[in-house]
Amino acid sequence: MKSANKRAAFALVGVLSLAGTLTACGSSTDAAEEPDGPVTIEVSIDAGLEQPAIDAFDERIAQFEEANPDITVETKEFTWSGTTFAAELAGGTLPDVFPIPFTDGRALIERGQIADVSGLVAELPYADQFNPTIAAAGQDAEGNMWAVPIAAYNQGLHYNRALFEEAGLDPDNPPATWDEVREAAKAISEKTGQAGYAHMTQSNTGGWILTTETYALGGRMTEGEGEETTATVDNDATVAALEMLQEMRWEDNSMGSSFLYDWGTINQDFAAGKIGMYVSGGANYPNLFTQNQMNPDEYGVTVLPLEGDDAGTLGGGTLAAVSSAASEAEQAAAVKWIDFYYISKLTDQDAAVAEAEVAAETDQPVGAPALPIFDQATYEEQQSWIKDLVNVPLENFAPMTDQMFDQPVIPEPAVATQDVYAALDPVVQAVLTDENADIDALLADAQTQVQGLLDRS
Amino acid sequence: MTTLSSPLRATTADAPPSSPGPRRRARRTPRDWLRDGGLSTLVIALPMILVFGVFSWFPIGRALVMSVQQTNLISTPEFVGLENFVFVLQDPLLGKAVANTLWFALLALVFGYPLPLAAAVLMSEVRRMRGLFSALAYLPVVVPPVVAVLLWKFFYDASPTGVFNTIAGWVGLGPFPWLQNADSAMPSLVLEATWAAAGGTVIIYLAALVGVRTELYEAAEVDGAGVWRKIWHVTLPQLRGVLFITLILQVIGTSQVFLEPFLFTGGGPNNATLTILMLIYDYAFGSSLGGNYGAATALSLMLAGVLAVLSAIYFRVTRPWSS
Repeated sequence: MKSANKRAAFALVGVLSLAGTLTACGSSTDAAEEPDGPVTIEVSIDAGLEQPAIDAFDERIAQFEEANPDITVETKEFTWSGTTFAAELAGGTLPDVFPIPFTDGRALIERGQIADVSGLVAELPYADQFNPTIAAAGQDAEGNMWAVPIAAYNQGLHYNRALFEEAGLDPDNPPATWDEVREAAKAISEKTGQAGYAHMTQSNTGGWILTTETYALGGRMTEGEGEETTATVDNDATVAALEMLQEMRWEDNSMGSSFLYDWGTINQDFAAGKIGMYVSGGANYPNLFTQNQMNPDEYGVTVLPLEGDDAGTLGGGTLAAVSSAASEAEQAAAVKWIDFYYISKLTDQDAAVAEAEVAAETDQPVGAPALPIFDQATYEEQQSWIKDLVNVPLENFAPMTDQMFDQPVIPEPAVATQDVYAALDPVVQAVLTDENADIDALLADAQTQVQGLLDRS
Repeated sequence: MTTLSSPLRATTADAPPSSPGPRRRARRTPRDWLRDGGLSTLVIALPMILVFGVFSWFPIGRALVMSVQQTNLISTPEFVGLENFVFVLQDPLLGKAVANTLWFALLALVFGYPLPLAAAVLMSEVRRMRGLFSALAYLPVVVPPVVAVLLWKFFYDASPTGVFNTIAGWVGLGPFPWLQNADSAMPSLVLEATWAAAGGTVIIYLAALVGVRTELYEAAEVDGAGVWRKIWHVTLPQLRGVLFITLILQVIGTSQVFLEPFLFTGGGPNNATLTILMLIYDYAFGSSLGGNYGAATALSLMLAGVLAVLSAIYFRVTRPWSS
């Protein structure tokens, strides 16, 4: 009798737990399909933020919810990563609003993998004021904007001012040619024992930075458009860039001892004072400050040296996209959030000041320069609205801001961008880890591989 | 037990003697099944069956289907026959990945297989503080793998001030590039993997050693056998069943190595630590725009097939020795 009771009790628990699971699944789906009334959206917040940055974000949410009482905003940690995004997209685990790089915009739009919010975006007062080159990243073939540009960057040469001084270099007069970069790297390495010039090599970033260096030396990784795109990976500029790396690594020994950096780890080591110079997005400062606690006084950034005909700075940026799983009500709320959180601070004085005040109160960087998504006049006007609240050392950005509008910005390879970068990662790794690496042979292999990728795209 | 058997015996005593010959098994009706607790058994098992079904069997079934499809998991999949298998077999990186995986497996076998056995035998000989030694041996298994890798990544810092390089410097060696060089990256991965996994195997061996009959050792001692001869002639033969199992488990495990190359090197430098599972991962998730899931599942199935065949051959060959 006792054991029969026990069995019955177990059976009951089993049935109840199963029923509970099924009920939970059902209620979640029903809520997502509710078109009217109060709506809840999930928005992305950078992973790994310090508490003051999270507080600032929460404060902005509170302001948004006060202005939009029917919308509840929940947060989800999300930082775009080339190796996890596809899984998150396919698995449906992305928040309703999430950032994607310019490189992914067009393909995601063509495949319908993000929500078509172009009708809602078109109603925004500044919809036709985006820099056309930048706007194209978020538009379909007919010019409808499915994803909103929220930030743009040009690649820059970031440097540690403290290491420059320690090496006897003038931090206010950073390298202006690649030869000077090499000399500075050698001096930093010899005088401080730290890496003079470090290079990303992992998770597609090796190809990204090699492409940047190639552009700066006048080369291109691909030619043509659409289905006519062909690989030009084995061009003279890429060879020159790799030879320079080879010499810095093996002759000068000025590149340190870590050759498996990705975006996150190189930022960590740079902020920790282990790297003299490295190339990355010009708007890297917020990450270095809020996630890696870099001393602002030690930070410096300048434009990349451009050499040779047709040289330019690789430019890219970030789009805010809306999940294709979002209901119409959620899409509408999501576009309102994008307007409020990402854009209004660039176009509206009150919003700009409000956002800057929250950031300043929570000790977040205010006024870190970046490539504008609208025109230069709008950008300068926005900077003037918040000039009293700026808390970043603008003079440290001067080598960049004084020259960045004069440099041609060249978009990233348009087809299979991340795949092309991934194919180039091993090339950079080989040059930095194998003294006898044959650059011509490596590039010949990469050329075949990239052409294959383009053919399949 | 006693209370149940008494009335049964009484009933049997009153009944007429059964006819000789094989007893006919009574046919079980659904009612019998219900009365014997079949329903509650099923209900209790149901959550587990569902979990296995959803998280194990269903994905395996889906993998079979996806291996003959081209899909980004959002648009309608397209049937492509054996195209994915052909693509994988023609990929120049496949040979590299297979060679790297075999190299990892070989290194792990050479260093990782005898080490836990030696540790277990030594620990079984220790009379005092055996529990402490067992705990110490098992400690690395308790450390979450990601934490362990991050810790070792710190140790493997290739600068002269890195932990291992500092230690090597005390005896006038190094600095070594560890993970930053194509030749030393894979052995570095094996070293950490051996450290991380050995504890679990040590515990299995220690448990098996308890089952070795002590009279065999006594008999060996009477015959004048020393420690090494006792290990060779008594311990190892008595452990052979467990040894065969751990060997095949290690081969299967090392063939599926992913965590270490993924977290330590991302398959680099220059694909020196690109393993089969890393290649599968790269096929599926290497592109932020949705990878080649068909190729990823095709290679997964090929790997599973090879390992299944290998296991079958292994058990067939070792059957006479393990009984």
